[in-house]
Amino acid sequence: MRAFARLMDRLAFTPGRLEKLRLMRLHFAETPDPDRGWALAALTGGLEIRAVTPSLLRGLAAERVDAELFALSYDFVGDLAETVSLIWPGEGDGAEPPPLSDVVDRLRAAGRAEAPALVAGLLDRLAPAERYALAKLATGGLRVGVSARLARQALAEWGEVPLTEIEELWHGLTPPYLTLFAWLEGGPKPESAARAPFRPVMLSTPFEARDREAAAPADYAAEWKWDGVRVQAVSEGGVRRLYSRTGEDMSAAFPDLVDAMTFEGALDGELMVRAGEEPGGFNDLQQRLNRKTPGKALAARLPAFLRAYDLLIDGAEDLRALPWAARRDRLAGFLAPLDPARFDLSPEIDFPDWAALDALRAAPPHPAIEGAMLKRRDSPYLSGRPRGPWFKWKRDPHLIDAVLMYAQRGHGKRSSLYSDYTFGVWDGDRLAPVGKAYFGFTDEELREIDRYVRQNATERYGPVRAVRAEPDFGLVLEVAFEGIAASPRHKSGVAMRFPRISRLRWDKPPREADRLETLKAMIAAPG
Amino acid sequence: MRAEDLLHPTPAGLYCPVGDFYVDPSRPVPRALVTHGHSDHARPGHGAVWATRETLDVMAIRLGEGFAETTQDGSAGEIGGVKVSFHPAGHILGSAQIRLEWRGLRIVVSGDYKRSRDPTAPPFEPLPCDVFVTEATFALPVFRHPEPTEEIARLLASLRAFPERAHLVGAYSLGKAQRVIALLREAGWDRPIFLHGALRRLCDYYAARGVDLGPLEDATGDRAEAARTAGEIIVAPPSAFGSAWERRFPAPLQAFASGWMQVRAHARRRGAELGLVISDHVDWPALTDTIREVDPGEVWITHGREDALLRWCDLEGRAARPLHLVGREEEAE
Repeated sequence: MRAFARLMDRLAFTPGRLEKLRLMRLHFAETPDPDRGWALAALTGGLEIRAVTPSLLRGLAAERVDAELFALSYDFVGDLAETVSLIWPGEGDGAEPPPLSDVVDRLRAAGRAEAPALVAGLLDRLAPAERYALAKLATGGLRVGVSARLARQALAEWGEVPLTEIEELWHGLTPPYLTLFAWLEGGPKPESAARAPFRPVMLSTPFEARDREAAAPADYAAEWKWDGVRVQAVSEGGVRRLYSRTGEDMSAAFPDLVDAMTFEGALDGELMVRAGEEPGGFNDLQQRLNRKTPGKALAARLPAFLRAYDLLIDGAEDLRALPWAARRDRLAGFLAPLDPARFDLSPEIDFPDWAALDALRAAPPHPAIEGAMLKRRDSPYLSGRPRGPWFKWKRDPHLIDAVLMYAQRGHGKRSSLYSDYTFGVWDGDRLAPVGKAYFGFTDEELREIDRYVRQNATERYGPVRAVRAEPDFGLVLEVAFEGIAASPRHKSGVAMRFPRISRLRWDKPPREADRLETLKAMIAAPG
Repeated sequence: MRAEDLLHPTPAGLYCPVGDFYVDPSRPVPRALVTHGHSDHARPGHGAVWATRETLDVMAIRLGEGFAETTQDGSAGEIGGVKVSFHPAGHILGSAQIRLEWRGLRIVVSGDYKRSRDPTAPPFEPLPCDVFVTEATFALPVFRHPEPTEEIARLLASLRAFPERAHLVGAYSLGKAQRVIALLREAGWDRPIFLHGALRRLCDYYAARGVDLGPLEDATGDRAEAARTAGEIIVAPPSAFGSAWERRFPAPLQAFASGWMQVRAHARRRGAELGLVISDHVDWPALTDTIREVDPGEVWITHGREDALLRWCDLEGRAARPLHLVGREEEAE
């Protein structure tokens, strides 16, 4: 329990991805079975303890601590689990804390009736740092900034196996993952036990000028790049699963689509929703993605469908070694018996040469298209991101000129630099903040902006500095972004997708920066 | 006779009308008794200052030799008929509680104090009294500072996990910095420890007073020098974080030694990657245990989270009142 508590603590305050990976690798190397497996389960969201709720913790604390002292403390700390773990009377029993596996076993076995006494007993035994880990573990939501994929990547790095091999096995394994750890330490590889398992997906690389010179148009097929979410729909032996491209199970959020998966096999495609007759934009899809399970009304208003572009498994046959063209032929036949409202084929684009495709890409026929995909006709389905067989050729990003308004210090290695920027555009004669960006610049440019912020700060709010921004004095940033939508949650009324700094316009006076009306017009006419 | 006749709060600080002196005044006064050398207690410009030898030395280092017109190194004596004595407070080197006795009435002004072990300061001495004047910096039941040795072990574990990164430890330049260094030495860290320039004179003074700080090097050197600090410990005042100075070191990892690090929201606001919960103030159990042990007739609370301590005194049936002293820095721990 102590090693787990320390890992949680370090991960929560370590901003760097590489450092997080290293902390997890060390933990897997130094912690014995089955504790490391339970830690992995906690990090990948594979541990559910239903009997312990935040209100249970609060109730237990209320029995032991004066209500006024608790209220003053909670007000100061701001987090219930943390308050309870710190305020709980006593320092623990001083003995070596029980192993994580022991705690997990007992929590999982406990029903609602036994849970309060069990949790109170554990809180009595543990020291404050371990109490916090216990409280977070039991109520779910570790909030240490680690995705399930990152945890699996640490595992792959530690065991020196490709991540895809772990991902392919993942859904057939259960905590505490003894066979998996045994394999990574040199034992036999576990048999894939999962039904309807996830197959690691094939990813594309950006289509750059050098690719354009090297690639022959005739070798490639082109499709539109749809602005949805990449998914894998697997239905095998009565088990149906909808996976994200990292292998997370999304089935619960899209029961309407899962119900329509009346096939035997594995499809690769873009998950989208229909808004009326037309495919909706990403903002429509976002409404469904935000829900763990959709209400009936929402599912009816924004029904989900799959725009399929590859077939990995057909019945019992694995097609991944076949060339793309052969898989594509099989895909069309595979889709034929399915509900056309739920499954359709991503159409091919005819193009004689790159220039023609470039023109099509720049003016796509539908707002839910964000560019084109190029797939080599003879390529097998390879997991990971090999360079060459698949390219994405995105529509050029939108660009605006905005004015730097606020800067905030970054985290970790960037904590001594003002690296997070809030920028604004003109609304009448005032600047309205419209977004934030914290990458897109070089290290050298970052130092230049940092110096500028320090010399031109007008007000300070903790780590944030207001920066001088007037019509004739200020820093203009060229901001690139992928899309823009109306947003009642933002004061300016607009929300940008994926904004980043594309250029520093030291040469441009702020009065010539863009206006809010221009941004709003982009919503009306996407593309 | 009431205790207020012997000592009461004024805008300049706690004032003793009988002896005509102040304790830790926040503005220049003719006669001041100073508990310890932190800047919110020890200010320049007084006429006469009474303090321990170490506190007077520290004030001279920080404020310059002429920080007061006259100084008197205190252990015990009489000022205007009030018997005054200095007793260890365990807060930092030279820190003292000041006891006033007059016509059988005893008031102890504890200044800042702690009960946990500190290789750089003699331990707090509980003194029987009628009024105990206490700080309340960490007076919430959530503050239970762990053993400092555990926190030092976390720092050493981080050095093993990230040997390519310079570990910058932010620590208040008087007291905390030297305590962290001394604790590291006790834990067996015998490599040179690098110092931000602001710490040098105080560290040298501690060493001259017999505190073993081991080999110390300056971390203000040029960029080529800074490259040597991968996997080493650099101690700096918190104000050095976020400055250009910090950027000279390889992949700097910010650690921060403070009692506030116990609360995650505070640690996060500080931007520390490694929060070391090492405090020179009493935590909640030590504070409440001390009040029970001293068992004064009345508790006066100078600064900090007086609401919670008042509530606790109320639950315990103890007389208590807040003094609402101005000029105390709550966050500078």
